[in-house]
Amino acid sequence: MAMHGMRGLSVFISDIRNCQNKEQERLRVDKELGNVRTRFKNEKGLTPYEKKKYVWKMLYIYMLGYDVDFGHMEAVSLISAPKYPEKQVGYIVTSSLLNENHDFLRLAINTVRNDIIGRNETFQCLALTMVGNIGGREFAESLAPDVQKLLLSSSCRPLVRKKAALCLLRLYRKNPDVVNVDGWTDRMAQLLDERDLGVLTSSMSLFVALVSNNHEAYWTCLPKCVKILERLARNLDVPQEYTYYGIPSPWLQVKTMRALQYFPTIEDPNTRRILFEVLQRILMGTDVVKNVNKNNASHAVLFEALALVMHLDAEKEMMSQCVALLGKFIAVREPNIRYLGLENMTRMLLVTDMQDIIKRHQAQIITSLKDPDISIRRRALDLLYGMCDVSNAKDIVEELLQYLSTADFAMREELSLKAAILAEKFAPDLSWYVDAILQLIDKAGDFISDDIWFRVVQFVTNNEDLQSYAAAKAREFLDKPAVHETMVKVSAYILGEFSHLLAKSPGCSPKEIFNIIHEKHPTVPTSTIPVLLSAYAKILMHTQPPDPELQNQIWAIFNKYESCIDVEIQQRAAEYFALSRKGAALMDILAEMPKFPERQSALIKKAEEAEVDTAEQSAIKLRAQQQMSNALVVIDQLATNGAPPPPQVNQLSLVKMPSMSSTADHNPADQALSVANGTLSTVDPQPPSADLLGDLLGPLAIEGPPAAAVPSEHNVVSGLEGIPNVVDGAAIVPVGEETNSVQPIGNIAERFHALCLKDSGVLYEDPYIQIGIKAEWRAHHGRLVLFLGNKNTSPLVSVQALILPPAHLKIELSLVPETIPPRAQVQCPLEIVNLRPSRDVAVLDFSYKFGTNTVNVKLRLPAVINKFLQPIPVSAEEFFPQWRSLSGPPLKLQEVVRSVRPMPLLEMANLLNSYCLMICSGLDPNPNNLVAGTTFYSESTRAMLCLVRNIIVSVFDPGN
Amino acid sequence: MIHFVLLVTRQGKVRLTKWYSPYSQKERTKVIRELSGIILTRAPKLCNFVEWRGFKVVYKRYAGLYFCMCINRDDNELEILDIIHHYVEILDRYFGSVCELDLIFNFHKAYYILDEILIAGELQESSKRTVIRLIDVQDTIVEVAKEQASLVGNIIAQATK
Repeated sequence: MAMHGMRGLSVFISDIRNCQNKEQERLRVDKELGNVRTRFKNEKGLTPYEKKKYVWKMLYIYMLGYDVDFGHMEAVSLISAPKYPEKQVGYIVTSSLLNENHDFLRLAINTVRNDIIGRNETFQCLALTMVGNIGGREFAESLAPDVQKLLLSSSCRPLVRKKAALCLLRLYRKNPDVVNVDGWTDRMAQLLDERDLGVLTSSMSLFVALVSNNHEAYWTCLPKCVKILERLARNLDVPQEYTYYGIPSPWLQVKTMRALQYFPTIEDPNTRRILFEVLQRILMGTDVVKNVNKNNASHAVLFEALALVMHLDAEKEMMSQCVALLGKFIAVREPNIRYLGLENMTRMLLVTDMQDIIKRHQAQIITSLKDPDISIRRRALDLLYGMCDVSNAKDIVEELLQYLSTADFAMREELSLKAAILAEKFAPDLSWYVDAILQLIDKAGDFISDDIWFRVVQFVTNNEDLQSYAAAKAREFLDKPAVHETMVKVSAYILGEFSHLLAKSPGCSPKEIFNIIHEKHPTVPTSTIPVLLSAYAKILMHTQPPDPELQNQIWAIFNKYESCIDVEIQQRAAEYFALSRKGAALMDILAEMPKFPERQSALIKKAEEAEVDTAEQSAIKLRAQQQMSNALVVIDQLATNGAPPPPQVNQLSLVKMPSMSSTADHNPADQALSVANGTLSTVDPQPPSADLLGDLLGPLAIEGPPAAAVPSEHNVVSGLEGIPNVVDGAAIVPVGEETNSVQPIGNIAERFHALCLKDSGVLYEDPYIQIGIKAEWRAHHGRLVLFLGNKNTSPLVSVQALILPPAHLKIELSLVPETIPPRAQVQCPLEIVNLRPSRDVAVLDFSYKFGTNTVNVKLRLPAVINKFLQPIPVSAEEFFPQWRSLSGPPLKLQEVVRSVRPMPLLEMANLLNSYCLMICSGLDPNPNNLVAGTTFYSESTRAMLCLVRNIIVSVFDPGN
Repeated sequence: MIHFVLLVTRQGKVRLTKWYSPYSQKERTKVIRELSGIILTRAPKLCNFVEWRGFKVVYKRYAGLYFCMCINRDDNELEILDIIHHYVEILDRYFGSVCELDLIFNFHKAYYILDEILIAGELQESSKRTVIRLIDVQDTIVEVAKEQASLVGNIIAQATK
């Protein structure tokens, strides 16, 4: 072993280690950084050895957590050093300091390529390693063919080829086009015949990536994989150095089995038989031994074999064997095995007919919910959640509720959400559901989102036989000494609506109910007060004949809040006060809330959103979706009012359309008055506050139309030097002429162009709908609101909006309602993050139905590159040195544009200004040149200075 | 796929970081801080896996040093644990009973060795002997270059005398 020390480096490290505190360390580091900086500046005096030493020092300082940006260039420049010792340091330090998005890397592409195609094997290895570790898309495009050549070359030694295989894997991940499918099937098959296990291991990783994207192309490789697996499992011809704790390369075994899981099935009976023999041998032949490393290795193989067996849908006997093994694992002492046992049992749930066998282990799984290790507890919770169905929901949910009181905070939120979902999906009866949710709110109020209590209110409203039960329960919970705010909300709401059903029970007179609710009033936050006010109004309405004392008490409260600073409260107080003075009419106006339409639970939607997209998770999602439909059916049957199930209508129209109310028989005046009730909530110029009854009153915010757009006549000049042309990139015209009999009003392209230069206006309009846009931009973030306005007197249905974002933008669109009510306008905010520079344009795929017409348009969104610019003034001293230091593409681009019509200087300046490029007048000696500066923001580049110089030369070309 | 490798001491000092997925400088700092908080506080005798931001982190403690690797949720956890141990065994063989000081003063060696084991977040070589052999070759090349340099230096020095 050669320990060639670098004395200066060792001394520095010792100094750092001797520092007594962080402050001393910082001083020492600052001193060193100053030293390194000055040394780099006078580069002539630096020997290659010194340069190398300073670059290592920088990496060390970087690991300590300090900023060493200034030295990135030095590290990169070492890559082109002629000698190995410096080149090696350049490559390693560069790949540790920079990531693939770093601009400096581009400067190195040529050197790297020369090293890869050169004859020096050690240089090839260094270059392949760096590209494999931090190569990005540009590397993929320029280096992939050379890397492929090395991988397939028969004259290259294994040490180069294995690096080439993984390097190619990285490039393939960055740009799948670099591996051409047609040619690759045979090449891949050839690679799998490789005898060197190092090369084979690397090639297998590459194969896993290829086959996961397109297994169809690689069927011929399947028998080869089985052969490799057989060779390893039987330990045939495996060199000693490739066995790990006596196990023939566990890694290669795992990877090979992983690759096999991407083929949907194995049809050839012979191959299948051989594979199953191997798998059987692994399943049966793996014992728990003393040596922990040997255990880890053998179980790595075993768990992968289990996954493969599950995937292949083996005979039931083999499956039961697997479950038995897993059952054993979840009870062993070894925590890793316990964890993996639970995890794989969750995966096993997806195999048909296995659920009942898994349910036998329920008791053990519940024990794991109390494991000292949070990782294991999480797995247990997930498994319980996945295995829950109507038969065991009661047990499992009650177990979760019990555990809630002792669970750590890190898990409570997830736990309560899961309990709520299970209670809703698998409730054996609805009163149990109400019990469970109220208990949940009681025990974990802080973690109960509004969705959960909204949902229970919806169920109670929609099921008449549940109402008095729920009211009695709510009454009970309010008696407790410390009541959570959410409990106050839900109880007040339920008691307001339904406490009159209890009026005859002891302690449930309107007055008593009012008192018990009002007792909580001093402690609740402002957000709860509106719910209380509504409850009071409802109690007042239900108190017939009126109780003057109660009336005065409640009026006094309304009076007090009429001057409340919170608009929502003030309005409610004023309206309720005025209404309640109308005497008998109050009864009609404040009639019971109509039934809610059935719709997908917001909870379940939320749970789905929270899930990460992995195989196991998405499978749970699938199951959840299947079971969701069952849950809804149950509810419909339980609606005992004898009326047909409510039609699927949009929320807002529900409020407006009284015909749905099942109380219509009892209350003939209901129809007209519910309209009044509906109007009450919709005339509100404020959008309903989201955290209140927003969800119960309807999700649509109605606001005035956005400023009308003036279609711009602007003739946009393309190809301005330095900035990509935002307008001409990826022209997308509205498609679907075959379905669209509706003609847009105005020119879509013009509207888009206009919006590229300003932040609000109309994006699209046709006879039925107008889509307006309003945007705000800050650095690399943007917030864009779409205003969808229905111009008609009938609703627009099947409204769908999809964003097709280009790779460089992260766009999140909030929920778009399926129906836009007549003459209503809906706002849909979009959050945009610019990840890196690109001229691609995001597209909104929008469709709706009006009568029998389906309209589908694809609209470019004006989230274009100049929106992420911020003008910045630049002085001549700053501009010209910078300008000259940028030597050429890709950092500096030049384009000659033949303007179709000559453009006056002023107009050009205005145009640049509207792109957020700040004109710096008088900077250029030539008055016909425009010079401008701006800052470009994206997540990867942060703020980046951009300069533009526009040289306008009038050329008269008689030919054209 | 391994997204990053992290070596942290019990006191939270970073001894090596290697990022195979693109993380900005700010994110790197945040990740290190966040994970140190989670992993260093875990009691002994718990499992070697931590679920974090939709990923899994497989870690193992050797004396005062934690070796952590972050992977996708559906990757094989034990396979990664084997890679960690494989790395440690190679360090051990190279340094001859490795200790934390070796990794402090020869941190660059830890990087060289890791680069022979992993590329693109995937295992490159599972033979310890092969890895050690390759590292020795690199060392020799560097040594020879150094000797030549000092030889040339001497010649120049003598010539200018």
